[in-house]
Amino acid sequence: MAVAATSATRTDEVQLAATGVSKRFGGVRAVEDVSISVRRGEIASIIGPNGAGKTSLLNMISGFYRPDSGSIVFDGTETTRYRPADIAHLGIARTFQNIALFGGMTVLDNIMLGRHVRMKSGVLSSFIYWGFAQKEEIAHRARAEELIDFLELQDLRKQQTSALAYGLRKRVELARALALDPKLLLLDEPMGGMNSEEKEDMARYILDVNEQWGTTIILIEHDMAVVMDISDRVAVLDRGRKIAEGTPGEVQRNPKVIEAYLGTGHERTERAA
Amino acid sequence: MSPVANGEAVSTATLPQLLRRNAQAMAERPAMREKDHGIWQPYSWRRYWEEARDFALGLAAAGFGRGDKLSVIGENRPRLYFAQLAAQSLGGVSVPVYQDAIATELAYVLNHAETSVVVAEDQEQVDKVLSLRAQLPNLKLVVYDDPRGLLNYDDPILKSFEAVKQQGREFGAAHAGYVDAAVDAGKPDDIALFSYTSGTTSRPKGVMLTHANLLLPAAAFAKAEQLKPTEEHLAYLPMAWIGTSLVSIALHLHIGFTCNFPEKPETVGRDLRELGPTIGLAPPRFWENTLTAVTVRAADSSPLKHRLFEYFRRVAEQTEQLKADGKSVPPHLRLAHAIGEILVYAPVRDQLGWGRSRVVYTGGAPLGGDVFRFFRSFGINLKQVYGATELSGLCSVQADGEVDPDTVGRMLDGMEARIHDTGEVQVRSPGIFHGYYKQPEASQEALTEDGWLRTGDAGFIDRRGHLAIIDRAKDVGRLDDGTSFAPQFIENKLKFSSYIGEAVVFGDGRPFVTTMLAIDPNTVGKWAERSNLAYTSFQDLCARAQVGQLVREEIRKCNARLPEATRIRRFLVLNKEFDADDDEITRTRKIRRGFVAEKYAAVIDALYGGAAEVELSTEITYEDGRKAVLESCLAIGDVYEPETPAFASTRILAGAAVPAAAGE
Repeated sequence: MAVAATSATRTDEVQLAATGVSKRFGGVRAVEDVSISVRRGEIASIIGPNGAGKTSLLNMISGFYRPDSGSIVFDGTETTRYRPADIAHLGIARTFQNIALFGGMTVLDNIMLGRHVRMKSGVLSSFIYWGFAQKEEIAHRARAEELIDFLELQDLRKQQTSALAYGLRKRVELARALALDPKLLLLDEPMGGMNSEEKEDMARYILDVNEQWGTTIILIEHDMAVVMDISDRVAVLDRGRKIAEGTPGEVQRNPKVIEAYLGTGHERTERAA
Repeated sequence: MSPVANGEAVSTATLPQLLRRNAQAMAERPAMREKDHGIWQPYSWRRYWEEARDFALGLAAAGFGRGDKLSVIGENRPRLYFAQLAAQSLGGVSVPVYQDAIATELAYVLNHAETSVVVAEDQEQVDKVLSLRAQLPNLKLVVYDDPRGLLNYDDPILKSFEAVKQQGREFGAAHAGYVDAAVDAGKPDDIALFSYTSGTTSRPKGVMLTHANLLLPAAAFAKAEQLKPTEEHLAYLPMAWIGTSLVSIALHLHIGFTCNFPEKPETVGRDLRELGPTIGLAPPRFWENTLTAVTVRAADSSPLKHRLFEYFRRVAEQTEQLKADGKSVPPHLRLAHAIGEILVYAPVRDQLGWGRSRVVYTGGAPLGGDVFRFFRSFGINLKQVYGATELSGLCSVQADGEVDPDTVGRMLDGMEARIHDTGEVQVRSPGIFHGYYKQPEASQEALTEDGWLRTGDAGFIDRRGHLAIIDRAKDVGRLDDGTSFAPQFIENKLKFSSYIGEAVVFGDGRPFVTTMLAIDPNTVGKWAERSNLAYTSFQDLCARAQVGQLVREEIRKCNARLPEATRIRRFLVLNKEFDADDDEITRTRKIRRGFVAEKYAAVIDALYGGAAEVELSTEITYEDGRKAVLESCLAIGDVYEPETPAFASTRILAGAAVPAAAGE
């Protein structure tokens, strides 16, 4: 029964399709003619050496960059030209490589901010507060509390995020992204700079998010062990191009991937290993 | 409204019978509150009974019946209590286990108790139990409380709490009145609980306790202390500790007060403050840690606040000392104390969460007198209780107005203590256990021929009739010049220092006293920060000469309050904390002296051999059971006494009436 529930969230329906997208910065071709498609409910990873164009691709999906060419379709809506705020409204949330929290605000306030997209009361009714705005605030707080419970942040509710350890700030950022109730979650190196224990915890949270709410996840991560462990599918970028795609096993055996990571002459290295 | 049962009703009742009574007598009053999603969620007595009943039906449907054992493993959660009462309703036995137990310990207890049902709090505990499955032939059902992360588990042995209740309701539809009949059939002399003792010497032993064992001391205690249904209690200590079973189950059901559960272990401090409990019970470790936290926070505050705190702390100490000596408090001190009450004492009580407390207790091990006096001087009515797992947890308490740090008070109604020729305290009580499970010889050894419990503690009865405990009888030793000394007494004095986390004192059969201690990483870390001392890790910090100097000063302060012969001469700062995973302390944080002496034999040799340092390789165990070896070279420090004996004796010979300043 439990297994059936999972397979229900993993369908063959494509939720996000980027087709032939390219992005140049001056003479640098950050992303060149990359196509990826992500199915609803799966955990897809994008890997590649530094400067391969992973974050640029994520930035195009979340609307931070506009592709020079190509198209991006999310849930049947062409979002290629959408602004980040509109994309957030459609249900795509993200976290950042270098953490972008409001340091002077508490954990709870940061998470409540993530709910802002879902709030409907206007300036006037918020000003009056009682009535609609109060009711709405309570409902959103309840959701924020669910996330605090889920990510085990209970003891940090009222702490300023700037005072938190790095691994915890990453977790708060994930909570804020989840506060949007996203259908698609983009995670840019959620485990960067963490120790192995924190990584294990984060991997567990990511799996739990996917399991509990069926959220589709696109993950950029350098830790190969984690990527191979939790991803359903992996796409590999190298110098702005996609060089491989498939299940973790397929990707690991792909000679192009081995070359991109280890350089040519890898055979000797492999034998030595 | 007052559901306090009289003694007679209690002696003929079982725990589930009291639960059913409470569910009728005060149906809608909150029996429990759990902080969840940021809000205190109440559970009424009616709900408590219904949850326990439905879960009991589910257990019955799964074949659980009289004499079967159910284990709970996890933090204090309402469902883990429902499950225990459910098992007891069917005539079964509850076997709570320590939530931080590593796999091998857990396997031993679950196997020894022949547990057939485990109710686990969350995925972490479920994983632990499932990983041991091959070693647990009796295990038939694993139930989880928090479903998070468990959705994809398809092991047929695993069920959610709600699923079991659902099966229970179906079973109940076909068997009307099943649980009521089972509860009616329960007898006070049925075994209700196996409490596995932490065992400072050997493998844990399963102490068998009946309903009457638990309820009679609870009733005597409630009567002596005038506890009421309006009390608020916060339960956050391990469920496997006998103190938890006694207070959060037996006393809770007997009196009908409200038992509250914190959000998670890390939030206990804040939850205490939000709730403001009226009663509390905690082992010495808790009070030592709280004192350390208060001292650290005072030192971290502004210079003015810090000085105010220190000044009024001295005022409080002096006042308390005068009161304890039965002397009158001079007016100026009385005035200072009144100002201190407004500026310092009341705010500190409020910050600690004891602002509304009527009475709080320390038990489980002796608490150092200095720590004890600190809390009392700040207006927290801290009292010592004494007991043992084999006595269902409790046999004596200090009455109001008769509190002092050196005794554990008077025996409760219906209980007696006597001192055997060997100096051992022996107790007779209706709480005396029904033997260790499957260990008849050990059970027989625990009792005297006339049915008194050999507590293993050395003690005496003072002229007021108070029982005083010196130490574990087998630990009381003699230096080779015949001076008797109690290691725990000295250790408690050492632990009064906020920098010293844990200490073991040696000296039996030796020329002088030495100690091996572990620093408190928080306070010493803060101290290092303040004194611009850079360090990379806990091990590095421990090895710093400045830390050695700091510890030496603390030991000197402690020495000043010890008799000359039992002063600490040499010490070693260990580069790890004492850890229950390494078997060095028990899960209730008592030093396993024999084990430690064996493990650190090299250290003891060096302490007495005069070496300046010692090579040590220690095995450490990670929480998941992995082991690693720590190789290190540790320095040994000498504690110099400031005055040389020659100089002191000259002065005495010269007839100078100046008493030599002790220690400092």
